[in-house]
Amino acid sequence: MFKDQIGKLSNKVRNAVERGAVKKFAEAIGDLHPIYFDEETGRLSYYKNNIAPPTFPRVFDYGVIEGFNLPNKGLIHGEQTFHYERPLLVGEELYCYTKVKNYFEKKGSFGEMGFLVLENNGEDLEGKTIFSSTATIVISEAVRKVLTR
Amino acid sequence: MSTVAQLQVGESLKDIQLKPVSRLDLIKYAGASGDFNPIHTIDVEAEKAGLPGIIAHGMWTMGNLAKLFTEYYEEGFIQDYSIRFKGMVFLNDVITLKATLKEKQENLLRFAVQAINQQGNVVLKGKVVYYQY
Repeated sequence: MFKDQIGKLSNKVRNAVERGAVKKFAEAIGDLHPIYFDEETGRLSYYKNNIAPPTFPRVFDYGVIEGFNLPNKGLIHGEQTFHYERPLLVGEELYCYTKVKNYFEKKGSFGEMGFLVLENNGEDLEGKTIFSSTATIVISEAVRKVLTR
Repeated sequence: MSTVAQLQVGESLKDIQLKPVSRLDLIKYAGASGDFNPIHTIDVEAEKAGLPGIIAHGMWTMGNLAKLFTEYYEEGFIQDYSIRFKGMVFLNDVITLKATLKEKQENLLRFAVQAINQQGNVVLKGKVVYYQY
């Protein structure tokens, strides 16, 4: 059902690693370490700056893939990965986009399940990839029936 | 503060036990992350989805788990972090976060990481590759 969408890309969106957003995110995961928000700690660190927690890219805008629609219900987040070239720096800007990386179906205990792999990427302003992350979304047979109706 | 460099294969970072999961934790995460899927915050919506009650965002637990490494920020960074969501986390669950060093390969330290609930069930499991400067 999503097979013909594999390889599709979204538009690239310019995102900032916002100071306030990083602090709020760190707080929400109970990881309010000064390296994420205290300017002095950041300045004196290896990074000469504050950094963002590794799962922070969840907050970025990754643009829209034309003609690609996911239901907002009945999906299961099965797996998640992040890969970094370096930590994200507070205040920097990134171009973010998403890609339909893969789709396959497998028979499981709940019938035929669909597995959709979406890849989110963040590049610096020179076009160098700083992070990429993948989310594997599991789509049950019941939901797929609704989608293809 | 101990360092990651001193850690031997087979040894673990200090476990962290989280406070019982509260609705406010999940409301805060929804706001901070922008994930407003109502099965994480609104009982009726969770029930409609066939769940016994609201469940934590998988990414909330994954975000929490990474904090085992935060205090070592001067020594290196998390280069790869991969997780499989194995079980649901419900309100009032008490989650314990664990990381064990499995392998050292020059600058790369490979950890097995997991989050376990109060029944001892693994709710989230995966790997961290830590790049040491």
